[in-house]
Amino acid sequence: MKPSYYEIPDNLFTACPGCKRMVYTKQLTANLMVCNHCGHHFYLPATTRINVTLDEGSFEELYAGLSSNDPLEFPQYQDKIARDRKATGLSDAFVAGTGKIHGYCVNIGVLDFSFMGGSMGSVVGEKVARLMQKTAEEEGSLVIFAASGGARMQEGLISLMQMAKTCGARADLLDAGRPYYCVLTNPTTAGVWASFASVADVILAEPGAMVAFAGNRVSQQTKVSEQEPANYKTAEFQLEKGMVDLIVERSKHREILAQLLQFSRTGGETR
Amino acid sequence: MSSNEEAGVRLDDKLIQTPRGKEVVLARHPKRPYTLDYAARLFESYLELHGDRVIGDSKAIISGVAQFEGLPVAFAGHQKGRTTQERVARNFGASHPEGYRKAVRIMKFAALLHNPTICFIDTPAAACDVAAESRGIATAIATSMVEMFRIPSPIVAVVIGEGGSGGAIGLSVADRILMLQHSVYSVIPPEGCANILWRDPEKRGEAAEALKLTAQDAFEQNLIDEVITEPRGGAHLDYDATAASVGEAILRHLAELREVDQNELVTIRRERFRKIGSFNS
Repeated sequence: MKPSYYEIPDNLFTACPGCKRMVYTKQLTANLMVCNHCGHHFYLPATTRINVTLDEGSFEELYAGLSSNDPLEFPQYQDKIARDRKATGLSDAFVAGTGKIHGYCVNIGVLDFSFMGGSMGSVVGEKVARLMQKTAEEEGSLVIFAASGGARMQEGLISLMQMAKTCGARADLLDAGRPYYCVLTNPTTAGVWASFASVADVILAEPGAMVAFAGNRVSQQTKVSEQEPANYKTAEFQLEKGMVDLIVERSKHREILAQLLQFSRTGGETR
Repeated sequence: MSSNEEAGVRLDDKLIQTPRGKEVVLARHPKRPYTLDYAARLFESYLELHGDRVIGDSKAIISGVAQFEGLPVAFAGHQKGRTTQERVARNFGASHPEGYRKAVRIMKFAALLHNPTICFIDTPAAACDVAAESRGIATAIATSMVEMFRIPSPIVAVVIGEGGSGGAIGLSVADRILMLQHSVYSVIPPEGCANILWRDPEKRGEAAEALKLTAQDAFEQNLIDEVITEPRGGAHLDYDATAASVGEAILRHLAELREVDQNELVTIRRERFRKIGSFNS
């Protein structure tokens, strides 16, 4: 029997928050989850991000066994962790590993906003620090894709101190003379933007990504006394203010990163 | 009108309902000693310096050079105001990027001369208005932390009031972190936490409990080195006695740090933070 028009499968079309138009989901997926009408960059899960960024089959995951242990016995924390583990298939908000981009060796880390808003607690902080340490001690470059609401409230002061911890590891990288590239994706805010994400050697950002010290939640509580620019708190605003090097469309990430990796390659690398 | 109301702050009836909420009230007490009150009591002399050498100055973070127990030291600290006018001028202790850049500049200068730095932490948060975002508040805080990890002379930080999230950690990358008994140090203010957890800012007392944000909590989690006892009733009741205890503690820690090889100092500082975290592996 021929289906009538109203029996369209739920996921055949996706509404684009950028232009409000319906996008054919298959086309959207083929286009790296970028709207073919307006160029809006949709959320990308960490695993997909790794697949579309690295050379095929080159990824090897690191530190996969780390998991949070609720040090403060914080209300609802364990439930939220369990819920997001189930929903995302991840153990926490950060996936770390090694791989290649156009043949260049990279240590890569990707934050996933679907796991507790990409927030940084002990596990995220530890994985970032380990990746930085590994990069400082070995050959290769570091690439981190950021997406985060900030420090993870549920681990209290320990989370806040992950900001310092990752900046300490970043200082190790500087001393070792190893390159660190960060790609800001929607949204990169608060404790992550105010720690390791804003102190990379080169900072790229996806078009339209929210990039701000005060995320939406904080802003709602703060009285706005000044006129906000039209592009306030976007990647484009940060570019204009000199905090970001380059806005790069998702489809160009591999190409631009490869150019940077070529610049920072060492003699010891096979390529 | 009570003196608290004159000072523009009401006693928070929701916070004082829980033990940790009470600590928040004390940490925010409008008569609590601020950085300049310690500078006047701890230092034989001090000279405040100004400017980040990029765009301007911040009145919410003060910094300069001083003589402390006969030792040349640098200092940096958040500064709140006493009068309404001064509170506004100092942006309630919420610094714009200039404050962090100025503090780091002066710390680096101190390190050139092998002099230590003392940081006083007392901020609700860093500034997050259009001006702060436009001039790179996040980048300034992160850069401050990275640079503090590279300063080859001792740094002692004392949380004297509110250790407010990013605004506090941006000046707290230290070899020793001390907290006054009734100060707090938190990833988020209890009001914000209550909003997120229960969509109800009224539950800030409960949120303070959940966050475990007191000096004692931080000490029990091994995140700080020492809790400095305050005069009975709180630091605001006796500035001189509080300053004396703070001075004694700083001096003791600086004496220990002077024994550490300068080249190892930075490594030990990084290791200290590197170890922080609670996870299963």
